[in-house]
Amino acid sequence: MATEKIIMAGFGGQGVMSMGQLLTYAGMIENKQVSWLPSYGPEMRGGTANCSVIVSDTPVGSPIITEDATAAIVMNLPSLTKFEGNLKSGGNIIINSSLIEKKASRTDVNAYYVPANEIANEIGNNKVANMIMLGAYLELTKVVSIDTVVEALKKVFGPSKQDLVPLNKEALERGANSVR
Amino acid sequence: MDKVLMKGNEAIGAAAIKAGCKYFFGYPITPQNELPEFMSRELPKIDGVFVQAESEVAAINMIYGAAGTGARVMTSSSSPGVALKQEGISYIAGAELPCVIVNISRGGPGLGGIQPSQADYFQSTRGGGNGDYRHLVYAPASLQEAVDLTIEAFDVADYYRNPVIVIGDGMIGQMMEPVEFKEPKKRELPNKDWATTGTKGERRPNIINSLALDPAELEKHNIKLDKKYKEIEKNEVRYEMYKMDKAEVVMVAYGTTARIVKNAIDALREEGINAGLIRPITLWPFPNKAFNEIPDTAKALLSVEMSMGQMIDDVKIANEGRLPVHFYGRAGGMIPTPEAIMDKVKEIIGGGK
Amino acid sequence: MAVVFKKTEGLTDKQFHYCPGCTHGIIHRLVGEVLEELGVLGETIGVAPVGCSVLAYDYFNCDMHEAAHGRAPAVATGIKRVLPENVVFTYQGDGDLASIGTAEIIHAAHRGEKITTIFVNNAIYGMTGGQMAPTTLIGQKATTAPYGRDAAQTGMPLRMSEMLATIDGAVFVERTTVHNVAGIRKTKKAIKKAFEVQLAGLGFGIVEVLSTCPTNWGITPVESLKWLEENMIPYYPLGNFRTPEEGK
Repeated sequence: MATEKIIMAGFGGQGVMSMGQLLTYAGMIENKQVSWLPSYGPEMRGGTANCSVIVSDTPVGSPIITEDATAAIVMNLPSLTKFEGNLKSGGNIIINSSLIEKKASRTDVNAYYVPANEIANEIGNNKVANMIMLGAYLELTKVVSIDTVVEALKKVFGPSKQDLVPLNKEALERGANSVR
Repeated sequence: MDKVLMKGNEAIGAAAIKAGCKYFFGYPITPQNELPEFMSRELPKIDGVFVQAESEVAAINMIYGAAGTGARVMTSSSSPGVALKQEGISYIAGAELPCVIVNISRGGPGLGGIQPSQADYFQSTRGGGNGDYRHLVYAPASLQEAVDLTIEAFDVADYYRNPVIVIGDGMIGQMMEPVEFKEPKKRELPNKDWATTGTKGERRPNIINSLALDPAELEKHNIKLDKKYKEIEKNEVRYEMYKMDKAEVVMVAYGTTARIVKNAIDALREEGINAGLIRPITLWPFPNKAFNEIPDTAKALLSVEMSMGQMIDDVKIANEGRLPVHFYGRAGGMIPTPEAIMDKVKEIIGGGK
Repeated sequence: MAVVFKKTEGLTDKQFHYCPGCTHGIIHRLVGEVLEELGVLGETIGVAPVGCSVLAYDYFNCDMHEAAHGRAPAVATGIKRVLPENVVFTYQGDGDLASIGTAEIIHAAHRGEKITTIFVNNAIYGMTGGQMAPTTLIGQKATTAPYGRDAAQTGMPLRMSEMLATIDGAVFVERTTVHNVAGIRKTKKAIKKAFEVQLAGLGFGIVEVLSTCPTNWGITPVESLKWLEENMIPYYPLGNFRTPEEGK
């Protein structure tokens, strides 16, 4: 891995911001250079949300991702429409097929379709759809290990929410399996 | 100490606390809200005080009062809010009190927008308030630098008895990067024997004041301030030179824009075009001397800003007419892309041939 | 020889710059005497305003901080929050407190800042040359109200004490006068009480003192005392609006 530039997008509440922070945190634990840049706007709930994460072996230049994204994780249709064009040729796009019926329109990128909400419901919690998507991304790119993400999760959750760690770990693994 | 992943606004707050700041007075405005929120959460834990003022005007005047006691104090805001603080900043500079003011800036004029912008260059470096005064302006490009400069800002403010501004665009406030809290280099700091802490009946009263009705007395004060500002210009200039070797076009950019420019420079060099960067870390004092280190290969300067061109005035002053000065900027919260910057460089080189 | 009167330690030896017949000097003395009698001069930080009393920092014999116009309560807030054990007061006129500084005074009261405000109301801008203040009476002439204040154009005079008394954090609010000896005595008592309220940590205290401005009113010092009694007191009634004891 040289430099991974990932755009994560969805609607507010799908956990795209925390998914990005988690990957950033895990990158830091693995001594990589990282940055996390959110979009921010006046809307507090229900709007679109996206963030740009860079994980690199060398110092991060601009934290902004323009048309050079190596990956995009899109959780809803507007995000696919908006960010497909930011991928560079040969990049990976992971599409939440539970909520997006449309296929990727570009042929020069690798598209993966993950029914994230369905898998999340199977393991008992719709809220971990973001972890399913992240698991799939990690399986494809090996930017950081799932174990490191779990370690990051333990730190982010704090003592009161440690009981949520196994569910999230399962979600990451199910996501990884879905693209194997 | 281990690295921690933090949002810029919170990292700046943590840096201030690390520097011994226990008092914060502020007012909500996007995109700096996580900073006062962080202070309201953390300061009570260390026996400090957070006050949400009724306005930015009140907040900076609370800073004026608190700084008068000799305490380390900070306020933060964003562009329109910093405009409101200019009255207090002028008084603080006039009365020679130390304090740190953070501007996580956004687009303007007026209410403008809330996306990243560098349109407060004039406001920061020319003084938005009245009178003959100056203050140091630090412009970090990364969160680590924001932390380091915030910590140092308190020492510098105390050393010179002068307000210090830390300016970051919305990206610096909102992004997350790993940061480490290091000890700054030690400065010998003067005693704060001027502070209003009560005479205890042991000394003459101290007076914090910016009024001098006698013109001769005020001029004397102006000359004294000017001497101090010259001292700051001599000692505190900071800048970074990036890939200046054989540079044909030398770009000048600060803050997060400089990071985008670095990406553009790397890509240009891969294409065989030699470009370099002067990155001012202090906007005032401006790094004029960096322009003496520009290699003979340089054909032009290019100021890249997230504004319609404000720093370019200082670039022209520093350049002293030696090279043609070009400009590329985006405004209103639009962010320059490396590709557009590369195109501009190619256009300049093409035009020069 | 027995000493029957001595200048208070609360004031410096600096000669006042106030006009003949202006009552700022009396109010300064009362504040100085109270600080001396309470034994807190060494712990006190005063905040001077912009207006006629802008040079108050030269007169009070304690640490002083000169604020921007109207901002004294904010400056005092900053000082008191760093030094909660010290005594902090602001000394402000009606242009300063009732016009440009309304937000600052209301929110200092609203937060219940443990500071004391001495509010000198002479119904006019003095230092800048007799312009209309929010406290100028109807019909009263001012350089920016040359035909007399007209309610239809400029509203009715603002009663700050009554307004502040509606705020829970303002635990002591009283209006007094210094146009006669009885008034001066009552003013001193009120100022003392306001500082005691601060020392007890109960909240914000303010004493509004009706004061004269013969120069800008365009009458003699003696006439101005009479004018205050006949015109200001009917519109700005004297008395206490809040004390901690009443628990209002």
